[in-house]
Amino acid sequence: MTPDLRFSEIQTAVCIFFLLLAPLAGCGLALIDAGLGRSRNAAHAMMAALCVLAVAACVWFVCGRAFMEYPGGIAYFLTLGAKPWDWIGAGRWFFSGLPMSTPPPGSPGAFLFAWFGIVAVGLAGLIPLGSSSDRWRLGAICASTALLAGLTFPLFAHWTWGGGWLARLGANFGLGHGYIDAGGAGPIHAVGGLTALAVAWIVGPRRGKYTAEGMPMAVPGHNAVLVLFGCIVAFVGWLGLNSAGAMLFAGVEPGRAPLIAVNTLLCASSAALMAAVVTKLRFGKPDASLTANGWVGGLVAGSAACAFVPPAAVLIVGLIAGALIPFSVELLDLRLEVDDPGGAISVHAVGGIWGVLAVGLFGRLEAGAAGQLMAQTVGIATLIGFVLPLTYGLNWLLNLAMPQRVSLEGDRQGMDLHELGAGAYPEFMTHNDDFSR
Amino acid sequence: MKIAGFLLLLAGWALALAALVLLAPAGPRGAFLSAALAVEVLGLVLFARAHILPKQILPREDVN
Repeated sequence: MTPDLRFSEIQTAVCIFFLLLAPLAGCGLALIDAGLGRSRNAAHAMMAALCVLAVAACVWFVCGRAFMEYPGGIAYFLTLGAKPWDWIGAGRWFFSGLPMSTPPPGSPGAFLFAWFGIVAVGLAGLIPLGSSSDRWRLGAICASTALLAGLTFPLFAHWTWGGGWLARLGANFGLGHGYIDAGGAGPIHAVGGLTALAVAWIVGPRRGKYTAEGMPMAVPGHNAVLVLFGCIVAFVGWLGLNSAGAMLFAGVEPGRAPLIAVNTLLCASSAALMAAVVTKLRFGKPDASLTANGWVGGLVAGSAACAFVPPAAVLIVGLIAGALIPFSVELLDLRLEVDDPGGAISVHAVGGIWGVLAVGLFGRLEAGAAGQLMAQTVGIATLIGFVLPLTYGLNWLLNLAMPQRVSLEGDRQGMDLHELGAGAYPEFMTHNDDFSR
Repeated sequence: MKIAGFLLLLAGWALALAALVLLAPAGPRGAFLSAALAVEVLGLVLFARAHILPKQILPREDVN
């Protein structure tokens, strides 16, 4: 799908409003990650979130935006099967060449794309914190985020949003409108979630998470209030992210923003309710952390399709996401021994991939439905078959140069005291107990 | 097993690209894409199983 880049003043103003809301999605995720971790790592979790946002913004400024580019920008092409394959942006580094003054009405708002990119890459960088909290060193977090913001995210975002080969599947191979993803279920969430999986594999489980027989131990989060409040904050951010993304990358008019808002809320609500019902049926009581995961999973799953599907369809997307996520959490925890305290892999990787597929299944688009479904499937095959090996390989190499897991001493002491020298809750004796163990 | 899983993931993606380049009709292309996804799922399963720690080296201490 080729968006119209020539924004009117009204469209620019509306888009700026939505972009101002979007960082709340990152705030919500940071609160959720902190709440689902242990009290002795709470300050470290929030500090890591701040560092991720800072590193992602700086690396995006240096080279990330240049690799992503915007639709119609400069790019490198390969020719394969007599078709041009636009594989990476060739923009100028350090934002050079972007107009510093207000662009005249009707001209492409290149800075809007750059701004959206900063928010999106920061959000993608926050996702792996959820899967590897309580044992991932701060220096390694910054280095891993630099790799994500400088290479993995811009590459897939260019293919999706920058007019790359996935976006051109329709024009080149007759597959519907090509790969469509308005709010970033693939480039932000699936890329972030697959990176979360790669990092969780590399750093291994927390000390004491599994017994010698391989049985998982429950390690409850320390603050359910933070988690549930984070869900509400994230929802506001998602409204901005989905609306701005749809306007920038799918050419959606500002008048469709109410539909996007309703769809976003419905998807999150149905997913949270389904997760609550599933956990009630399985464990006897609804589980707060899994219901929160269901809510965020619904937001993720609705991201790609929210501008293109009717509310009834998005309700089904949310219900399926809400059913998938608790089972995915259980599969990873019990069967695959992947220690994911924040549920980031299930929420963002599984939810994101389901969201990408949902566009092909439920999207109301003029072009052929079968072709659109196939274009979305190619996107999923690329995420699993290319992005996961790439992000795993990069983090594996990083781990050789800079061990990502904290030392045994740090694991025992807690990340707050070991890496920051002070805890998040120094006045509470209950939490101080944690430091002495 | 880890290397085999890694290579199967990449092979699945290569199959998906090959389906786009080599096949034009929707039916065969869809079947090829499904096969590519199946190869990727197989690779993912192998890769995930390779990361399950041998029981004797799992941490033994209790959760705090």
